[in-house]
Amino acid sequence: MVGIVFVISIGSFYLLHLLPGDPASVILGLGNTPAARAALYHQLGLDKPFVEQYFIWIWHIISGQWGNSFISQTSLASTIRAALPIDLELIGLSQILSFAIAIPLAMRSARKPDGVLDRILGAGSFTMLSIPPFIIIVLLVLLVSIKWGIPNTGVATYVSWTTNWVANLESLVLPSITLAIGSFVIYYRVLRSDMIATLQEEFITMARSKGISQRRIMWRHAFRPSSVALLGTAGVNIGGLLAGGFVVEYLLQIPGLGYTLIAAINTSDYLLVQDIVLVVSVGVVAINFLFDFAVNMIDPRISRE
Amino acid sequence: MSDQIIEQAMLRPAPEKGKSLGPLFWTCVGWLALNVLAAIFANVLPLHDPLFGDFNAINAGPSMHHLFGTDDLGRDIFSRVVYGSRISIAVGVGSIVIGFAVGAPLGMLAAYRRGRFDSILTNFMYILLAFPAIVAVIAVLSFWTPRSMFKIIVVIGLASIPIVYRVIRTATLAVASKDYVVAAKVQGATDRRIMMKELLPNIAPIGISFVLIGIATVVTLEGALAFLGLSVNPPTPSWGNMINEARTVLGQNNGLVFFPSLFLCLFLLCLNFIGDRLRSHYDVTEVKL
Repeated sequence: MVGIVFVISIGSFYLLHLLPGDPASVILGLGNTPAARAALYHQLGLDKPFVEQYFIWIWHIISGQWGNSFISQTSLASTIRAALPIDLELIGLSQILSFAIAIPLAMRSARKPDGVLDRILGAGSFTMLSIPPFIIIVLLVLLVSIKWGIPNTGVATYVSWTTNWVANLESLVLPSITLAIGSFVIYYRVLRSDMIATLQEEFITMARSKGISQRRIMWRHAFRPSSVALLGTAGVNIGGLLAGGFVVEYLLQIPGLGYTLIAAINTSDYLLVQDIVLVVSVGVVAINFLFDFAVNMIDPRISRE
Repeated sequence: MSDQIIEQAMLRPAPEKGKSLGPLFWTCVGWLALNVLAAIFANVLPLHDPLFGDFNAINAGPSMHHLFGTDDLGRDIFSRVVYGSRISIAVGVGSIVIGFAVGAPLGMLAAYRRGRFDSILTNFMYILLAFPAIVAVIAVLSFWTPRSMFKIIVVIGLASIPIVYRVIRTATLAVASKDYVVAAKVQGATDRRIMMKELLPNIAPIGISFVLIGIATVVTLEGALAFLGLSVNPPTPSWGNMINEARTVLGQNNGLVFFPSLFLCLFLLCLNFIGDRLRSHYDVTEVKL
């Protein structure tokens, strides 16, 4: 874990150094004379060797001195701190939605594989799998905001949870539905096929012959072992959402990390880009790690293998 | 009651092992072939110029002259959809070709040789996998200007190498310890021969279905990049940037969002369907990592 984070931090630092373009010329603009450039390079520490630059940067990150953006002069830490909770809320909402729909439906179709419900949901989820999120969001906007005339909030009107939670939830409805559709399809398919396999196990037959109710069998006996596969998938998926929710945020102008990253890229705010890449990457690794841990807690056999 | 219990307990999912692939499969293959042919021969086909704006027909509905209508600049949507497929298909196929050209041989070699070579390479690839590829792709593309199709293919292709490596390595591992491989080794077959004649044919089904699903993923990614303004520059059409441009006239000219979305979704659906069907046809169960 620590090793991976270390490599990632080098990656996000080195990534921007690889690229053409030069922060000094962005800052100086028209006053880009060789002398001013050299002075600025010295001031920013860009004249030091690469390895030294990296260690200065990583030390500042660890000790909490994230510094200010040289474009907007605002504190990088506070920018990220403002954006991160929005992502967490968005992902949280979408996951609650998708689990709430996927789990009962997957159980239903697993009870009667190839039944009517299973076939409909199978075809439906397969089709939805092929609809990219950016099409879902455009269609949702078309339907909700234009056809039904419900206003769609943007970055100017986005309200934080603490100011007005009703307005906050309203502005997150469309993005969380969009993310939830993608997650639902994955969870439904994984849980369904795993439940079908679990329901053929001998302990289920045993439970049935003991006369335990169908409901109890499904939830207590079948769902538990199958939830391991579900959680494993959820870990990967949530990590993917943290890194891939950009388009949704950008289109609906939700000022989360994705939106901030695109904005930072457009203004050539190298430092902010670097820090967001680091935060997102470490977040993805941390989420995967957490879910691996949770899976091991549920099924201790996995870690022993 | 007891009959019902036994019946339920005996219930097994019907394994899809039909000998034929089914008409739907061939419909999908046909549709993809049509798409690819249209993309290749777009210059020769009797299409409108995708960049020419007919200002007498702005936001026009479908007609005989403009099959799918025109966009807000009077450009023919049908020909833009056909030309747009060029970018989407080229990026999808090109990136996956790069990913497989590097990732697949490495994956096979690592799984066959094992040992230190395997453990170093696999750990390295797993660290790369931990780094969210989409963030890296966005960051690189945003600063590597001017953007061209070639650069997009290279960046996405490089980002796909670790994923291809993992899939191919896992698939090869499952095959490499089979008796027929050991038998070939005992007979004194060269490594090269074993890999080409014994391993390759057996991992090909997984490989092919992963190629198709990979292309679908990359086409989606290209669409997402177009939305962020990180794909080919307008006015060159791609499915993604057509849908993106359509946002400004949403509600007035729905054909502009409808047709590219429809073609994109059908294309992805066919790829996913063929990939899925091939996998279940060859009864390849995905090996858990």
